[in-house]
Amino acid sequence: MSILAWTYIMVGLTFGIYIFIAWISRVRDTKGFYVAGGGVPPLANGMATAADWMSAASFISMAGLISFLGYAGSIYLMGWTGGYVLLALLLAPYLRKFGKYTVPDFVGDRYYSDTARFVALVCAIFVSLTYVCGQMRGVGIVFSRFLEVPVNTGVLIGMAIVFFYAGLGGMKGITWTQVAQYTVLITAYLIPAVFISMKIAGTGIPQIGLGGTVQTGQYTGQYLLDVLDKLNTDLGFTAYTQPGAKSMLDVFCITFALMVGTAGLPHVIIRFYTVPSVRAARLSAGYALLFIAILYTTAPAVAAFARYNMIDTINDKPYAEAPSWFKNWEKTGLIAWVDKNNDGIIQYRAGKPFVGKPKFVKGKTGPLGQKIVANKLTNSPNELYVDRDIMVLANPEIANLPNWVIALVAAGGLAAALSTASGLLLVIASSISHDLYYRMINRKATEKQRLMVGRIMIGIAVCIAGYFGINPPGFVAQVVAFAFGLAASSFFPIIVLGIFSARTNREGAICGMLAGIIFTAAYIIYFKFMGGTKDQWLFGISPEGIGTIGMIINFVVTYVVSSMTKAPPEEIQELVNSIRTPRGAGAAVDH
Amino acid sequence: MSKNLQEYWRKNVTFMSFLLAIWAIVSYGCGILFVEPLNAIRIGGFPLGFWFAQQGSIYVFVCLIFIYYAYMQKLDREYDVHE
Repeated sequence: MSILAWTYIMVGLTFGIYIFIAWISRVRDTKGFYVAGGGVPPLANGMATAADWMSAASFISMAGLISFLGYAGSIYLMGWTGGYVLLALLLAPYLRKFGKYTVPDFVGDRYYSDTARFVALVCAIFVSLTYVCGQMRGVGIVFSRFLEVPVNTGVLIGMAIVFFYAGLGGMKGITWTQVAQYTVLITAYLIPAVFISMKIAGTGIPQIGLGGTVQTGQYTGQYLLDVLDKLNTDLGFTAYTQPGAKSMLDVFCITFALMVGTAGLPHVIIRFYTVPSVRAARLSAGYALLFIAILYTTAPAVAAFARYNMIDTINDKPYAEAPSWFKNWEKTGLIAWVDKNNDGIIQYRAGKPFVGKPKFVKGKTGPLGQKIVANKLTNSPNELYVDRDIMVLANPEIANLPNWVIALVAAGGLAAALSTASGLLLVIASSISHDLYYRMINRKATEKQRLMVGRIMIGIAVCIAGYFGINPPGFVAQVVAFAFGLAASSFFPIIVLGIFSARTNREGAICGMLAGIIFTAAYIIYFKFMGGTKDQWLFGISPEGIGTIGMIINFVVTYVVSSMTKAPPEEIQELVNSIRTPRGAGAAVDH
Repeated sequence: MSKNLQEYWRKNVTFMSFLLAIWAIVSYGCGILFVEPLNAIRIGGFPLGFWFAQQGSIYVFVCLIFIYYAYMQKLDREYDVHE
């Protein structure tokens, strides 16, 4: 059976499962809609959190990124997992004991202020909205590559599916579809990884294969990482396992901003409101990271295998003898080759082959059948352009795996994008329908009205996300990375202080949040959109890492302002005391 | 807060700080600050610093959360604040 037929079957089957789950878990009350009724078992919540967290970027792009960055890619591996330790130790159990529905809910109640609630609300919506646009785009791209439908049609299909199960089942529908989506995406990630590991390193466990020896070819018997170090150095790159040009302080700050940002992302935090107890919140954070770690420890292995495979099979080989996957991906424009020295041989070296992304001259091919690029060439001896994203997607083809595996990877990519999109949409919908509409506008709203507003908000949010998925503004890719910086500098400090320091008050929290966000946002906007240059960086910290400084500013401002102003009222002190002990969490009531 | 609960909270915070110290040592210490000296040490095909940065730190993170869970289960019962 052809790849296309298999892909239709796999994608159709998985979508059928998601819709079926949504139908049986449809909800009638707001508690079900916002927090799945608060009865999700820890193991299921762990899987749902893992799927919620791992987006199209984790599934498709991360291994490719590490493949090209080598050691420097570790910032993503540590940054996107280490945050769960903070979440499990500092936030999840206490927020669960607090037992409301959203992050702005906690901020508003703990700091007895609708201003604080509103600031938190705006942050939550901004962070989630920037993030969700990228997911919709991811859905469209997977559709177009594997199902041969236009990107826009792909986005529309994705929108319809997400609206159906998030609108119908709210958090409950999302939770159980995410459990199914985790199963699909992890299977799709592991199968090709295991096969490639067997092929290159002779072991079925990629995590061990990464430190294993090469099984065939001219490097037989040498350690894979040694071979990569040597290949990278020979071709003019930094050695694969060694730190690159980034300053250590910058690496430090980026990793920290990613960790803290992860812990502060509203769509991750609200998953811990869905479990029945504090004990379950602690446990499910462990399961969540365990399930994430299965993919995150496989990714660096996939990255190294892909790097080795690419250099070994393509570099210094005649174009005429290039493997078929090379030519397949050349057709999609994600690989391009310019024969700068007219020798008919592909030279892969450090540096860009030409300026920007490849633009092909229509209908014209070179003497060997290669597509001709119209871009301005660089002086670099490098002749090869490879898009980082193909590393995971092309893996099954490189390893000659059967067609159904390739189809499974497509279904996995879709599962990763859809699960994250639905979690984000729910944050947006619950922030507006619960925090803004019910808590700030209409305190007398009935259960039915609130549910209706929630569903309408999901519809509106889906449309906005879809619009930006179809017409992506150039800045989305840049902004997504900064969602972390903003989450780190806004929520994290005031939630932590709200739990660990009873003295922190309203004035401190509002000033701290504003100071953190304004500083971080201004820094990012200046350097990303207003032409700030690298030599102006504060202490050499890049905009990606500035969330760390924003977070410190938030902590300091909150602390100083709090100690200079009036202590919070008696009942807040009691609230803080009560969230510090687990007993009574089950009795969380609607308020 | 009663004296008993203060003690419960203090023990919780102490243990938590201990775990966070390990968290910082494996990621920021072994994975970033000392990556070059550690890379001189090899475990099989892995330079040690690289292994910590791309594999080891993640394994340790998972363990830390489960250790905290187990410790708090015990502590909750000891101070009779469990659910």
